[in-house]
Amino acid sequence: MRRIALAAVAASGLTVMLAGTALSDETDWGAYEVGDKRSGYTYAATETRSIQDDDFENPAMLWVDTGQELWDTVEGEAGKACASCHDDAAVSMAEVGAIYPVYYEPRGKLINIEQRINLCRTENMKAKAWKWESRELLSMTAFVRNQARGRPVAVKIDGPAAPFYEKGKEFYYQRRGQLDMACKNCHEDNAGNMIRANLLSQGQSNGFPTYRLKWQKVGSLHRRFRGCNSQVRATPYKAGSDEYVNLELFLADRGRGLPVETPAVRN
Amino acid sequence: MNESKHYRDVSRRQALIVVGAGGLAAAGLTLLPQAASADAAAVDAAIKGLIGGKTPQAGRITLDLPQIAENGNTVPITVEVDSPMTEQDYCKAVHIFADKNPQPGVASINFTPACGKAKASTRMRLAKTQNVVAVAEMSDGSVYTAKAEVKVTIGGCGG
Amino acid sequence: MAKPKPRVKVPKTAAKGEVLEIKTLITHKMESGQRKDKKTGEKIPQKIINKFVCAFNGKEVFSADWHPAISANPFMSFYAVATESGTFEFTWTDDDGSVYSKTAQLTVG
Repeated sequence: MRRIALAAVAASGLTVMLAGTALSDETDWGAYEVGDKRSGYTYAATETRSIQDDDFENPAMLWVDTGQELWDTVEGEAGKACASCHDDAAVSMAEVGAIYPVYYEPRGKLINIEQRINLCRTENMKAKAWKWESRELLSMTAFVRNQARGRPVAVKIDGPAAPFYEKGKEFYYQRRGQLDMACKNCHEDNAGNMIRANLLSQGQSNGFPTYRLKWQKVGSLHRRFRGCNSQVRATPYKAGSDEYVNLELFLADRGRGLPVETPAVRN
Repeated sequence: MNESKHYRDVSRRQALIVVGAGGLAAAGLTLLPQAASADAAAVDAAIKGLIGGKTPQAGRITLDLPQIAENGNTVPITVEVDSPMTEQDYCKAVHIFADKNPQPGVASINFTPACGKAKASTRMRLAKTQNVVAVAEMSDGSVYTAKAEVKVTIGGCGG
Repeated sequence: MAKPKPRVKVPKTAAKGEVLEIKTLITHKMESGQRKDKKTGEKIPQKIINKFVCAFNGKEVFSADWHPAISANPFMSFYAVATESGTFEFTWTDDDGSVYSKTAQLTVG
């Protein structure tokens, strides 16, 4: 802990104040807490939580609505909509949000939901892939993952996914950037402690894509990774890179059992 | 906070400009981005522009605001005015101000007796720790006001 | 920017005289006019929704004037008395003059 603080001061950009345990609360977090795993929801301010609690107060639902519309919209040379093959998303996509990323044989690597959507678009619909972080891709990803809301995260990490899981794990524990910090230094060692004025969470991924107050919109998990990596003064990887998809699998497993919350609301 | 004193000095002048230009609408045009902030005096001037020479009274307004806002981009506010909301006696409007934002005006909420209840919620941006002021205009011409401070936390892990 | 998309919660049915809570959201950046373009250093001009109106059967029930301090993807909730069956119409007016709208039916019985 001491080392982190010193590194941060030396780099002088980010003032890291690692105070003593900020919360010794006995709150019953219900489904948001599974064993020692706690959703980011449990670290959010009361007001932020209440925005997430009501689908008519949660602005991220605007993206989910857009996703629903796009689901039924015919696009591309094949003359298909998502619904042409997958019909009712509530049935066909019921599990997807809980089990992705998955190993994808034709590519010999993992793919996440965003990539699965774009594969469907380019290969089955003969439509253009959506850009990462575009309104369309965020909306569809939020819509698809929202179908699994409440289901416990249950990714597959054995079989062909195993080596990619290991790479994701390695990434998580690898120190990087000028501040020489790994994901673990904040989200394992200091979850529940203050970093300046903010409470560090366990960095769980079960609510993504999520509406961040800072962003004032919905954003992807990979956008968050890029932000974290920049904060430790490391060069972020590209959204959709193998590194981030592998990390996504490791994080999903780390939060195994937490319910899918998409679309969550976070600071 | 040392900072606030500095801003107060700067914005005192701007408050005069606002008064000179005669109201709230001018504030946005005269203030510079970032360095500028409104001020209690600017809020008073804006209120005066709306209600004229009347003296606001305390009471009847319930302001529900977080004491500490997690993020200044999205601060929830609920305002409720104690009123029977009948054709004869109702709350016409509630005006919301923030005294250290670049422009003091946040929103004006207009009720009718058809609302049944003079209560509304929205979300606002607060540039820094400051007072939020609500001014309620009643159908009989009386005016009420309430004020609450919201601390805005800055910094942490941006990402 | 894609066309703003509204989302509204109004009960479908109500008893006469019941006070209903209405919740509204709409996608909009609510560009405050305070930000600068990171590349050019130029101020980004203000572009917000400046007016929200809720009418019932053509008569205004509630309205709000919004300033740049209203958060992105603005939320507004308020109340209305159920008097008769009819149509709520919600309209949001943009600085550029565009009007976005949504309707909801209410049956009073």
